[in-house]
Amino acid sequence: MAGLTLPTPLLRMLPIAGVILFWWAMASSGAVRPFLLPSPIVVAERILADVASGTVFVNVGYTLYRALTGFAIAAAIGTTIGLLMVVSRTAKWFFDPIVSVGYPMPKISLLPIFILWFGLDDASKIAMIAAGCIFVITANAYAGASGVERQFVWSAQMLGASRLRVLTDVVLPAATPQILTGYQIAIPVSLIITLVTEMIMGGDGLGGQLLIASRYANSPAVFASIVEIAIAGAIVVNGMRLLRRKLLHWHEENAVSTD
Amino acid sequence: MARQNSLAKTSIDVFKKYSPLLILALLWEFCSRTGLVSQYALPPLTDVLASFRWLTTDTAFFTHAGMSLGRAGLGLLLAVTFGIVMGTLMASFRSVDALVGPLVQTLYPMPKSALIPLTIMWFGLGHSSKIFLIFLGCLLPITIATYNGVKGVDRVLMWSGASLGASRLQRIIDISFMAAQPAILAGLRTSLALSFVLLVSSELVMSNEGLGFLIRMLGDGGLYAEMFAVILTVVAMGFVSDRLIQLLTARVLRWRD
Repeated sequence: MAGLTLPTPLLRMLPIAGVILFWWAMASSGAVRPFLLPSPIVVAERILADVASGTVFVNVGYTLYRALTGFAIAAAIGTTIGLLMVVSRTAKWFFDPIVSVGYPMPKISLLPIFILWFGLDDASKIAMIAAGCIFVITANAYAGASGVERQFVWSAQMLGASRLRVLTDVVLPAATPQILTGYQIAIPVSLIITLVTEMIMGGDGLGGQLLIASRYANSPAVFASIVEIAIAGAIVVNGMRLLRRKLLHWHEENAVSTD
Repeated sequence: MARQNSLAKTSIDVFKKYSPLLILALLWEFCSRTGLVSQYALPPLTDVLASFRWLTTDTAFFTHAGMSLGRAGLGLLLAVTFGIVMGTLMASFRSVDALVGPLVQTLYPMPKSALIPLTIMWFGLGHSSKIFLIFLGCLLPITIATYNGVKGVDRVLMWSGASLGASRLQRIIDISFMAAQPAILAGLRTSLALSFVLLVSSELVMSNEGLGFLIRMLGDGGLYAEMFAVILTVVAMGFVSDRLIQLLTARVLRWRD
């Protein structure tokens, strides 16, 4: 995503408009059955109906609540562990192998275990989301904090800062860019997992709505759900990017326009 | 240096390094055996490992595992092929960038698991829906990694190539692509993780074969020790393939300093 730029916003809309036009042409030419590819007009009507009845807001609300709660838990615990691993040798010894095994493993395969432990309600969904996000957040927090220039730490120590103050006032700010990178990777992961848990366990949300639509072979509703999910995803991912820009306004990455 | 170490010392180091995992394993066994946690919720680790013997007597286990690996591998291979070509073209030709860039940018943040029902609608419950899903999910990360890698190539290298008479195509293949290798391999690692997530998710949600399906079946049947065993298999596969990618990365990038 980073680095992809085009001259004007209007010009950027053109290819997207082109794809929708092609979609419309394909659907209305009758070359593809409407079940496999409903017309964009039908899909748009369905989305408008979802907006008018308010269901889209309820389902987006459920999905975002689960995704962001799970993400927040993972961010709080993961960042703390990552920083601890830099400060304490025992923490590094204990968590290092756990992170190196947990990081690449497909966490979603643990879902049936989480259902077994936490039941079918929100608890197991949120726990699954947190488990899916925590390793990448920990790994990035650790990488960021361990890459902090030693001279900053030494200077602060020489000026009499306590261990805690070195951590909060020197290591944490210096590691923030990398910590936020971890968050930016984790946010889409949290959405992917939220949708899967909702598809498997139901209980409203965009994933539940999508699966019900596909069970009833209601293809306009399937397409409408996917568009709604895409919009919700874009809002969250871009929100995270704005947050990064705001939090790092002091950092050199915002000094020179990277766009 | 590692070669000078005696085998005993290396194995002690490995043991020390991974001892926290051993502690967790012992804790697991202890909690479950003593009844601290219900054996339904957490079958003892030794039972889980023992159930491998039962699972592996049946060839179905290997069939499911093979299918899952085949689906992930094929989907990833397609995504890598298309993604590298598309990313290189986008970074090398402004017109391609103007055409494809906005689409990539718009679709990138979409959670790809939303496409599970759609791919099933289009391709049915079998292999092709999973392969297509993994292809779609991994395509954009590889494309973007390649794009950023090629864009980041030192311009001086390109000018040198041009002044030595290399054609545009030669410059793209011999300079851009080679210089973008670290970025592409990093994208490959991300995509590998994503391919496993999408594979297991889609098999858990809807399928008739594969390890995800097996996990769901065993769970529904209350065979929890066996279910844990299959989950451990998937976890091990994810871990081993990630290590293989890292080995590949080290090997491919050997020529760099």
